[in-house]
Amino acid sequence: MKRSTSLVAIAIALILSSGCARRNRELPPQPVSEDATSEANDGMGNEGVTGAVLPGSRGDFLQSVPADRILFDFDSYSLDDGDRRTLDAQASWLARYPNVRVTIEGHADERGTRDYNLALGDRRANAARDYLEGRGVAPSRMQVISWGKERPQVPESNDSAWAQNRRAVTVVPE
Amino acid sequence: MRISWIIAAACSLTLGAAALAQTPPEPAPGQEGEDGQLVVDVTGGRRAALPIAVPHMPTPAASDTPAGNTQALGRQVAEIVANDLRNSELFTPIGPGGLNAVSFPQVTAPDFPYFSTTGAQNLVQGFVQANPNGTLTIGCYLYDVAAGSELTRQGYVVAPRDWRRAAHRCADTIYSRLTGEGAYFDTRIVYVSETGPARRRIKRLAIMDYDGANHRFLTNGQWTVLTPRFAPNQQTITFMTYQDERPRVMLYDLDSGRTRPLVQQPHMTFAPRYSPDSRHIIFSMAVNGNTDVYRVPVGGGAPQRLTNAPGIDTGGSYSPDGARIVFESDRGGSQQLYVMDADGSNQRRISFGGGGYATPVWSPRGDLIAFTKTGGFRIGVMAPSGAGERILTGGGYAEGPSWAPNGRAIMFTRGASSGQLWYVDVASGATRRVPTPLGGSDPAWSPLRE
Repeated sequence: MKRSTSLVAIAIALILSSGCARRNRELPPQPVSEDATSEANDGMGNEGVTGAVLPGSRGDFLQSVPADRILFDFDSYSLDDGDRRTLDAQASWLARYPNVRVTIEGHADERGTRDYNLALGDRRANAARDYLEGRGVAPSRMQVISWGKERPQVPESNDSAWAQNRRAVTVVPE
Repeated sequence: MRISWIIAAACSLTLGAAALAQTPPEPAPGQEGEDGQLVVDVTGGRRAALPIAVPHMPTPAASDTPAGNTQALGRQVAEIVANDLRNSELFTPIGPGGLNAVSFPQVTAPDFPYFSTTGAQNLVQGFVQANPNGTLTIGCYLYDVAAGSELTRQGYVVAPRDWRRAAHRCADTIYSRLTGEGAYFDTRIVYVSETGPARRRIKRLAIMDYDGANHRFLTNGQWTVLTPRFAPNQQTITFMTYQDERPRVMLYDLDSGRTRPLVQQPHMTFAPRYSPDSRHIIFSMAVNGNTDVYRVPVGGGAPQRLTNAPGIDTGGSYSPDGARIVFESDRGGSQQLYVMDADGSNQRRISFGGGGYATPVWSPRGDLIAFTKTGGFRIGVMAPSGAGERILTGGGYAEGPSWAPNGRAIMFTRGASSGQLWYVDVASGATRRVPTPLGGSDPAWSPLRE
C-alpha cells in the first residue's frame, strides 16, 4: 500500500509540475486505498504537490479521491465493489463543490470494432454517471463522452494495457 | 493516317463543369470487333490471369499541356491502364516497358504478328492528343491478338487535370468488355488519415483516387474524425467527428468544402450510411448507454428510430435496392448480424457462427454481405440469408470492409493501433496494401464516377 501511495504522489506531482496533463492520463490505474490521498499530499516534497492546490480544482479532486477512473472487464460495463467505493469518494467530493461540473469519458480497448466500441464507451461512461447520480450528483453537472478505442491509456496490445484502457474517467476542469 | 472522331451525344458523359466527353472513334475498315464470348472467368474459382499487352501510347504531335507533354502522358496512361488491370487480379499485363514502340498510325492497325510473339491474348493501344481548345483526347482500343480483330474502342475528351481519369476509364472499358462485369477503376476512396502517437492520434479526412493518386486532405486534424462514407451521388460525404468535443455525424459537401451536422441532438451520433438514393441516412445514436439505429432525411427532420432492443444496435447498411438494412446487435448476448426491412420491421438474425460479427456492409450487387468477424478480426462474406460464410483475410487485425462498386473487391483497415488500408479480391482472397502517405483507416469506396 505504501508503494502505491508513493506512486500516486509521484504521478500527481508530475502532472501538477508539468502543467500539461490535460486529461490526467499520466496517472497509474486504480490505486489501492482510500486513505492514500491524505498521505499523498505530504509525500515526497515535490514541487507542486504541497503548493497551491485550489479547493474544487482538478488537483484537489485527484488528491481527494482514490482514483479518477474505474476499470472494466472485457466487453463489460458493470461496476464492482471497488468501482463503487471509488465513485462514492468522487460523489462525496462533488458534494463539497456543488458548482463543479464534470465530464465522464468512456473508453474501450482495441479488441472491438470502431462503432461498437463507441457504443460500449458510452455504456461505461453512463454506468459511472448513473451511479454518481444515485449518490446525489445532479445530472445537469455531468456530461458523458465516449471515445471508443480512439484514446488508449496504454498504447500496447497486451492484457495489462487492455485492462487499463477499458475505463470511465471522471474529468474535473483544471 | 488520320483518326477521325464522331461525337456521339447519346454517349457523352459529363464531369461536373469539366467535360469528359466520350467520343467513339469511327470504326476502321475491316476491324469490326466480334461481340462476344467472355474470355475471363469471374464467377467461379480463379483461372490464370489473362495476358494482355499494353504498349506505350503515341501522340500525333508532341505538345506541352498543363498535365505534361503528350508524349510523356502517352507513356503514363499506358502504365495506369496496365496497373489497373494488374490490380484486378484478372489480368497479367505485358508492358508497357519492353514492348516495341507503337506509331500513331499503328494505333488502329496493330502489328498482330508481333504481339502474338509476346504471349498476349489481348492488346490495348491508344493515343494522347492535345486539342486546340486546351482539352486532351485520349483514345483507347482493345484488340483480340489471335483473331486480329478489334473488340471495342473509346475516346475521352478531358480537361488536362483529369487525364488520369481518362486512363482509368480506358481500363474500365477493357475490364468490362473482357469480363462482362461492371468496373471500378474510375473511383475514389475517402478514408481517415492517421499520424502521431496512439494516445493523441491525429485523424484527418482524406480523399484520393482508388490507386492513391490525387490525394488530398479534407479536414485539418484539429478534431478526430471517423467512418466516412460517400453519398451514392458523390456530392456529399458523411462522417463522424469530435468537433467541439461533441461526437456526432456531419455532412461534408464536396464542392464547397462546408460541413453541417446531420441532426441536432444532445446525444452522440455515429456510424452513418446513406440510402442508395442518397436521400436518407441511417446512423446510430447512444442515449443513456443504449444505442439504436435511426433514419433521417438528408435535408433534416425528425430521426425515426428503427431498432429498440436494449443493447447496442449499430453499423447499419442498406441493400442496394433500399428495401432492407443489415445491422449488428448484441441483443442476443454477442455481436451478431440482423436484417430488417427499411422501416425497421421484420428484424431477424442471420449470423450464427462462433464468435462475433460486426460492421456488416451489403454488396453493391446485393449477393453478399461483408463483415468483420470479431474473434481474430478477419474480413468475411456471407449471403444475405446468412448462408455460405467465407473468411477472406488471414492473420493480422482487420476490420471495416467497404465494397468496390462492382462487388468484386473489398477495402478494409488492417492494424489495431496504427492502421493501413488493404484490398482483398473477393474471388481469390488475394490481398495487397493500398498505399497512403500516412497511416489510414476506415476506407470507403465511391461508386463509379459519372
